[in-house]
Amino acid sequence: MSQLILLFISSMLVSNVVLSQFLGICPFLGVSKKTETAAGMGAAVIFVIAIAAAITWPINHFLLVPNEAEYLQTIVFILVIAGLVQFVEMVLKKMMPALYESLGVFLPLITTNCAVLGVASNNASNYPDDFIMSMFYAVGTAFGFFIAIVLMASIRERIENNDIPESFKGSPIVLITAGLMAIAFCGFSGLIKL
Amino acid sequence: MNNCTERLYNGIIKENPTFVLMLGMCPTLATTTSAINGLSMGLTTTVVLAASNALISCLRKIIPDKVRIPAYIVVVASLVTIVQLLLKAYLPSVNNALGLYIPLIVVNCIILGRAESYASKNSVVPSLFDGIGMGLGFTFGLTCIGIVREILGSGSIFNFRFWPENFDTVSIFVMAPGAFFVLACLTALQNKLQMPSATNITGPQMACGGNCASCHGHDCAANKGLFEAERAAAKAEKARKAKEAAEAKKAAALAKAAEQKKGD
Repeated sequence: MSQLILLFISSMLVSNVVLSQFLGICPFLGVSKKTETAAGMGAAVIFVIAIAAAITWPINHFLLVPNEAEYLQTIVFILVIAGLVQFVEMVLKKMMPALYESLGVFLPLITTNCAVLGVASNNASNYPDDFIMSMFYAVGTAFGFFIAIVLMASIRERIENNDIPESFKGSPIVLITAGLMAIAFCGFSGLIKL
Repeated sequence: MNNCTERLYNGIIKENPTFVLMLGMCPTLATTTSAINGLSMGLTTTVVLAASNALISCLRKIIPDKVRIPAYIVVVASLVTIVQLLLKAYLPSVNNALGLYIPLIVVNCIILGRAESYASKNSVVPSLFDGIGMGLGFTFGLTCIGIVREILGSGSIFNFRFWPENFDTVSIFVMAPGAFFVLACLTALQNKLQMPSATNITGPQMACGGNCASCHGHDCAANKGLFEAERAAAKAEKARKAKEAAEAKKAAALAKAAEQKKGD
């Protein structure tokens, strides 16, 4: 149990998906202007990464590995994720319109989020035999994304009206902010030794 | 032939994917810890990009319009798998250095972007050269960023020592934060010099990060939702205004009619 909790914390904070692995940079920089939308995007990512990990792990374990077809992982995973996002969108629209409304435009955007595919391939190579571990890793990573994007959006709202040098306005200051956040997250690196 | 060299020029300089279009930020930030890593990532992407452009251009009349994006993804994913297996067999050191980022070439927006905006509309040879040009432009960008980070962070270029022996280097530049700082300085420099770049254009913020100068929205599936939402909002606003105007007109007409009646 303690190992699972350590895995969760290390995938969330120590090797944060955005700030130390550079996965999902596009939504991190693009959809972090307002805290509410950033939280929506983060929630949608948690949702999709958890479901994608829960589906791609059995496919890999029961279908690809016994047939010695691991080389098909990339193709199968990206198709499963793309199909899954469409399917989740349809199900939510029908069953939970309130949640669908709140996630809204973010759902289709997630297919292009490389964090989802990254988690699926990492699970296939690191935890091919342990479903529980892979789920903890996936959910931890997704929470890491949520934390990073919400923090980023809050900081961006604060620096909106600050006195920034002319040429640093816009995306340079956002990148600097991301760099400073990455330094802060480097501080977690001694926290856990797995 | 003229067309082909024009495509190469366009990819490497005019619409350089790293400096001008600002696409494919994940590999740009993640794999530029040293010049050699940036170069190998760029060349791997070039191979995939050229092959996928050529293949999609061959298949452009066969692929039905409605399922073109999934079809492109399958083509790109197959090519990435082939390249990954080749790297594993012949260049294991590159494979180890790039690791997870090789399968992630599939979700690099440059590749789907070029497939959608160029290869699906043009014949095979120009598409192939477009892919090579864009790929070399990407390689150039990654190598430049890699060189800067390697000089500042570990004091060498392509593993050859750059500074004198006991020179203190700033090791943060080869770590994660350094990637953000180098890219921030690069975009700031572009803003300062008013160079053509995705970050210089003011407009609505898009989901894929930059307000890509020559992205047509449908290049990146990510933007489609935003565009549609924007369009729907604009439509609703217009409809509301039209309704209000009609009501106001009606009210005015009624008032006028009533006044006329009074006058009579």
